[in-house]
Amino acid sequence: MSDMYGKGILKGLSVSLKRFIETYLDDLSWWGKRYHTDAGIAHRGSKDARGIFTVQYPEEKIPTPEEFRFVPFLVYDEGPNGEKALRCTSCGICTKVCPPQCIWIVRATDPATGRPIPDPAKFHIDADICMNCGLCAEFCPFDAIKMDHDYELASFHRNVFDETRLSKPASYYASIRPANAAREDAARAAKAASRMVQSE
Amino acid sequence: MESNELNSPETNIPPELQGQVAITSLDRLYNWGRSASVWPLMFGLACCAIEMICAAASRFDIARFGMEIMRPSPRQSDLMIISGTVTKKMIPIIVRLYNQMPEPKYVLAMGACASGGGPFKEGYNVVSGVDKFIPVDVYVPGCPPTPQALLNGLMKIQEKIRSEPIKTARWYQKGPDMAEIPVPILGPDLIDPRNITLFPNGERN
Amino acid sequence: MVIPAPAQFADLTARFPEVLKPDTRPGYAGWILDQAALLEFASALRDEFGYDYLSSVTAVDYLAENKMEVVYHVYKTTGGSGVVFKIQVPRSDPIEVPSLVSIYPGAELQEREAWDLFGIKFTGHPDLRRIFMWEGFAGHPMRKDWHEPYFEEEAKPLKSRWPDGKIVMAESKNLYGDNISYPEGFSPGNQTFDPEKALYEALRNYQKDEIGLDTDHIIVNMGPQHPSTHGVFRVAVVLDGEKIVNLKPVMGYLHRNHEKIGERNTFIMNMPYTDRLDYLSSMSNNFGYALAVEKLMNVKPTERAEYIRVMMAEMTRIANHLMAIGALLNDLGAYFTPMLYALEERELLLDIFEAVAGSRMMCNYFRFGGVARDLPEGTLQMIKGLFFERLPRKIDEIDRFLSENEIIRSRGIGQGVLSAEDAIKYSAAGPLLRASGIPYDVRRAEPYSIYDRFEFDVVVRTNGDIYDRLMVRFDEIRQSIRIVQQAVKQLPDGPVMALKPMYQVRVPPGEAYGRVEGPKGELGFYVISNGKPTPWRYHVRAPSFINLTAFGPICIGQKIADVVAVLGSIDIVLGEVDR
Ligand code: SF4
Ligand code: SF4
Ligand code: SF4
Repeated sequence: MSDMYGKGILKGLSVSLKRFIETYLDDLSWWGKRYHTDAGIAHRGSKDARGIFTVQYPEEKIPTPEEFRFVPFLVYDEGPNGEKALRCTSCGICTKVCPPQCIWIVRATDPATGRPIPDPAKFHIDADICMNCGLCAEFCPFDAIKMDHDYELASFHRNVFDETRLSKPASYYASIRPANAAREDAARAAKAASRMVQSE
Repeated sequence: MESNELNSPETNIPPELQGQVAITSLDRLYNWGRSASVWPLMFGLACCAIEMICAAASRFDIARFGMEIMRPSPRQSDLMIISGTVTKKMIPIIVRLYNQMPEPKYVLAMGACASGGGPFKEGYNVVSGVDKFIPVDVYVPGCPPTPQALLNGLMKIQEKIRSEPIKTARWYQKGPDMAEIPVPILGPDLIDPRNITLFPNGERN
Repeated sequence: MVIPAPAQFADLTARFPEVLKPDTRPGYAGWILDQAALLEFASALRDEFGYDYLSSVTAVDYLAENKMEVVYHVYKTTGGSGVVFKIQVPRSDPIEVPSLVSIYPGAELQEREAWDLFGIKFTGHPDLRRIFMWEGFAGHPMRKDWHEPYFEEEAKPLKSRWPDGKIVMAESKNLYGDNISYPEGFSPGNQTFDPEKALYEALRNYQKDEIGLDTDHIIVNMGPQHPSTHGVFRVAVVLDGEKIVNLKPVMGYLHRNHEKIGERNTFIMNMPYTDRLDYLSSMSNNFGYALAVEKLMNVKPTERAEYIRVMMAEMTRIANHLMAIGALLNDLGAYFTPMLYALEERELLLDIFEAVAGSRMMCNYFRFGGVARDLPEGTLQMIKGLFFERLPRKIDEIDRFLSENEIIRSRGIGQGVLSAEDAIKYSAAGPLLRASGIPYDVRRAEPYSIYDRFEFDVVVRTNGDIYDRLMVRFDEIRQSIRIVQQAVKQLPDGPVMALKPMYQVRVPPGEAYGRVEGPKGELGFYVISNGKPTPWRYHVRAPSFINLTAFGPICIGQKIADVVAVLGSIDIVLGEVDR
């Protein structure tokens, strides 16, 4: 026991006081740049953070790290004339690995022959089942489904996303996940090159 | 313009109605007050509740929205954040809490589980979305939604509040839709009293 | 797989030559015991052989062989490997097995779980009621021939998803438009249902005090919606004035059928589900499950992956203990300030998880044979900065902030005491056990992964009260910081996956019990594979659930106001309690 009753409480309160003062000290040393600047937000989330810790969403947002995952989206490549070509080949691996089984794919068929073609006719993800696990993106062999960074999805109705809602351009993908996109593009280019060599 | 269109948010006041400013300004003042003091019910269900706590803590700080007063009593709260998986064993309690909340009241379904059953939807003890039993105003997808996603949902609630004119607001009218929601019963499986007409003779077709 | 040392084998068989047979199915280990000898065997095991700690009791439904099996895992608190023994009973109602509660009281809740989910009657159990489902629910859902209302197929992936996956909501296929089914010919009519009756009968069943005034005892329910129950947990207490004379935890309000779903999932699909068990410490859950399946597959993760795993597991422990400390202080009445301070540090740890694994809470980071991806650029710097500069300082600050506070001391010291014998008896684990003076930590008792390479102390305190449980957590945070610091320094280069990433892994038949020291205690995954893509049995030995066995005994005799403090000091997470 401490010698004087209340000493422990005072000691604790001094910690509170210290943190209170630190807020102003930190504000002073960052004079005017602590809020609403990227450096300020990064500082408040770093090991040196002290004082007010709050990130003032929606004016400020915590930057999402590259690997961050929310609901998945489908990547499409843009052709020279602006046509959209979904990378998905409707191979079905994502439906087979999805743990809560929230992906529904109807494989497209060639209207002339009735044979299946590598394209999804319908692609649905029930975002109200999806557990954001990222397994679909991890195992898709065509880099066609990726995890989005957009978390501002609140709505006034249930969220079942179809292929139109899900598709986003490859340039968007490269902007949210630059390192991954560069690595995958390089791997695909290498693969295509080796296929060229083989066929020659 | 249809009234329900006016009631839905994101509707700008059409030019021919802009003369009637008196009522809209009053609405605006009144709704501004309400939207800046939404008190949530302190009520955590599952994993999402942890993100709700984080949203209440210093980094995200819902006090900036006037929502930091989490009341443990339904009688003092305006907003019910369904933060997690709703199970059959829990739904009678949730419905009872909802009935005890005074009007105007709002429900935010946080996360996949509350919105539509979530990853555990197929489970035998899981309710596929709380909207099967109580009306939900805003759905926030994600598993779990990050605190910022939750804040985004709370802003949607505020948006909704701001778009509700006093004149047509449900809770100032007398009518059948103010009736309490019947509390589900735990029998051999969950029994929804509203469904009892479905099997009058106890036969499953 | 637990492989007891041969010397003990000889002893056990010598002691029970007739009734004990080795389990010879391929991939299985342990013993098959004659049902009649169960009690005698168990008491000999405890008293003569020193296996004093009952880790897990669970059941397995072998539908094809038409039998039920009850599986027991028993360990010594002095360390070393354990003993697995099984009882086999024919699969026709009533299925009866003698209860072990009289020998290992830690079996109480687990046997209730097996009764609820499998319908195995444990004869001699003092309070055999349903535990997760309500009294009156039709059927025992974990049986293999019981199907839930949304049942589509025995195993995933479901055929309706591809190639002709027209989206159909599960509810639109159900007659009632919801996740509901009733027994044949059921009609609610004017029936009344009272799922609570058995609980109140059990509550009334306690030792009456002979002396004292003949006052009324009242029953008070706390929860499931209560700010101090850490979720949807409910406590029913019988009060004599302010004194608790009986207490029953009531759970199941978050029973999400983890195990039933887990037995339909393929092996890899279960990984993200384990995140949602103890959602405060998903990395530890990943760890335990990965260990169990790796034992079955007989793969070893790469060196670098091992180090990353350990780092992540220890960071999870810190994040969890910070939350536990904050929540306990909340329960003690220090409303939210300590919580805010603790959560601040936790946020910084979550930032690392988010950068490495992609999500703040649901990490889904471990894979069989390694981890999902290498540490992205810059994250090692974040970890170094946090663990060498900030956290040691901040933990000291929170410690200074709290631990000498007179109010906390007077509410904590000498309150809610769990003695060392009781702690072992009730199979308590983790900080709850170590605060009572038992230095039992799976990381030391049966080292897994690479924990034998690190220097750290097993934290022990001796009083077993609320204050000690708080302090044990502070000390464990410091030890975890030590481990991460060593791991960062030793982190080797190399690949992080030993296998090619596969979306369907081949798992040979057999059983495995992978256990890790989770932040809340011994976390075990019991997995049985029959060679198919989905596990035949998937059971989680959840520390918060089993720690609740001791909750009633700790509280009886205390004041009602201490219930929340005791509960906070046990540190439960409902996702794991109810699963
Ligand atoms: S795995 Fe990729 S390519 Fe195959 S169906 Fe899914 S999104 Fe399309
Ligand atoms: S993120 Fe996981 S749950 Fe969601 S669609 Fe992909 S695999 Fe399915
Ligand atoms: S949506 Fe995900 S995080 Fe939220 S309660 Fe459900 S499983 Fe947990």
